[in-house]
Amino acid sequence: MAEASEPIVRIRNLSKAYRRGAQIIPVLTGINFDIARGEFVALMGPSGSGKSTLLNLIAGIDSADEGSIQVADVEITTLGESDLASWRAGSVGFIFQFYNLIPVLTAFENVELPLLLTHLNRRERREHVEAVLDVVGLADRMDHYPSQLSGGQQQRVAIARAIVTDPEILVADEPTGDLDRVSAEEILQLMDRLVREFGKTVVMVTHDPRAAEKAHIIRHLEKGELSVT
Amino acid sequence: MGIPYSYSFRNLWTRRLTTVLTASGMGLVVFVFAATLMLTEGLQKTLVQTGSSDNVVLLRKSSNSEVQSAVERDQASLLESQPEIAVGADGEPLLAKELVVLINLKKRVGDKPSNVIIRGIDPASLKLRPAVRLKEGRMPRPGSAEVVAGESVARRFKGCGLGETLRFGMRDWRVVGVFDAGATGFSSEIWGDRDQMMQAFRRPVYSSIIFRLRDTTAFDAYKARIESDPRLTVEAKRETRYYLDQSEAMAKFLRILGLVLTVVFSIGAVIGATITMYAAVANRVTEIGTLRALGFQRKSILSAFIVEALLLGLCGGVLGLFAASFMQLITISTMNWASFSELAFSFTLNVSIVWKSLLFSAVMGLVGGVLPAFRASRMKIVEALRAT
Ligand SMILES: Nc1ncnc2c1ncn2[C@@H]1O[C@H](COP(=O)(O)OP(=O)(O)OP(=O)(O)O)[C@@H](O)[C@H]1O
Ligand SMILES: [Mg+2]
Repeated sequence: MAEASEPIVRIRNLSKAYRRGAQIIPVLTGINFDIARGEFVALMGPSGSGKSTLLNLIAGIDSADEGSIQVADVEITTLGESDLASWRAGSVGFIFQFYNLIPVLTAFENVELPLLLTHLNRRERREHVEAVLDVVGLADRMDHYPSQLSGGQQQRVAIARAIVTDPEILVADEPTGDLDRVSAEEILQLMDRLVREFGKTVVMVTHDPRAAEKAHIIRHLEKGELSVT
Repeated sequence: MGIPYSYSFRNLWTRRLTTVLTASGMGLVVFVFAATLMLTEGLQKTLVQTGSSDNVVLLRKSSNSEVQSAVERDQASLLESQPEIAVGADGEPLLAKELVVLINLKKRVGDKPSNVIIRGIDPASLKLRPAVRLKEGRMPRPGSAEVVAGESVARRFKGCGLGETLRFGMRDWRVVGVFDAGATGFSSEIWGDRDQMMQAFRRPVYSSIIFRLRDTTAFDAYKARIESDPRLTVEAKRETRYYLDQSEAMAKFLRILGLVLTVVFSIGAVIGATITMYAAVANRVTEIGTLRALGFQRKSILSAFIVEALLLGLCGGVLGLFAASFMQLITISTMNWASFSELAFSFTLNVSIVWKSLLFSAVMGLVGGVLPAFRASRMKIVEALRAT
């Protein structure tokens, strides 16, 4: 396939700095970074090195100062606020450290949420939600509220929510950071399965070397620059 | 499709205590708002029901009420012989020349003096007011110093009950009957023989003439002819119009009072709603960031919080209306400003007041929720997500 050689994420000369009063804090300086389709990439590096910042830029929730980010051939740095939101809805799946489920919605409704932004009807939405909850092994818990689920289960619901729209890319910021060893292992296995079985592309920020082991590629971020291990 | 309404609703439900407290504040305002509308409605309904649309009231030109009016005897006899006047079953014209005088009586409770209307009536007077029915006793005998009292007067004023004696016009008058006049203003009047009253009060002229139209559509032509007759100085009004005009000043006063109270109170309630909604936004910063990351637009966030504030306002509206509905059990008496006499009426709730109150409560919610909703929709995603 010609596509397989085409990177799904193509970052060129990306820079980002934060301004604190008169002080300018450079976070990313001229990053170049490609991610191939179906890759499982781990981003590591010391605290404050800009891992989350880079991930947020790839996911289109933060804005770059300079450079280009293409995801599946879409140049996202030039998209406006509203177009960017529509793009995220269809192209990015988010997995957060603290799961970020909506507490007043059931597991089913949380997973259904991204589908409300599609043209699917009620019946189609139900089918999709049930299918992904089945993938994460929580089909029997779909009427439970987040507070009735363990951390690991909540994260699995969050993963179901991230994949329900079948996005181009999944971004995960320390997805196991809040979990015990056993739950963390389950989550990592699930993510690994998403890559192997479903051909997903995953970019994961982590501090945990055990988590990074699961990835195919580990990249280190330090002093605003990226290095290969 | 945006964020479902159930999201907004469930968030209110989750923090029900805050919701109920805030809604109660708004409910209080809605209560005041609805109660003044109910009062105005009750007043106008009472006064309008007092009149009947095929009755005509003749008063001296530019006098607003019967109390101020005077109709000379020679004009009265001219007016009596007009062809538009309906004739009763007994062959007599359905026309009454009446005397209306205000007197001061003391209330049974508290001894407070208040004005009451005394109406000197003709035999036709009763037939012209189908709402008036004798409830106890009998009607006064013509030529005697006897009176009948409206139910509300009989109940609330000293000496006005059946068998009691009243003193006015330098004579004693025996109450020989009590009449029921439904929800009309007649309930607050005392009726007696007109000629006896004219003697007692030394009045040479009538106050007003009331008659039934033979054909109700003939009114406009009749009015035009009578009012342009150089021998006459009277003005003709349909009875319904007459009583409605009487209530206008009072209704206006109530409306202004209600408006002022409502505006003052609603400022407090709206601030309460704003604080509650700001707190709701602050508690859900991460959630808002998450929704935005998932791809929901700013306007979806805006409308979710606006809907939440609207629902909060509507809760207040329902609470306020619920409380206000109990006001229907209360009858109050007030000064009829046009005649300076006592008038009894009750708070009246109708569909239009319900809608107005709900609309008002929704508007309060909306106004209170707008700023917090804007704040929610304008948050930067990354900063919102970092707030964990
Ligand atoms: N809104 C902001 N204003 C100012 N500085 C910021 C802001 N956001 C991030 N930074 C700074 O940018 C740098 C990178 O932050 P980032 O969150 O990307 O680091 P990280 O590698 O994810 O760290 P951690 O491993 O602790 O999560 C840090 O020095 C941080 O203080
Ligand atoms: Mg981070």
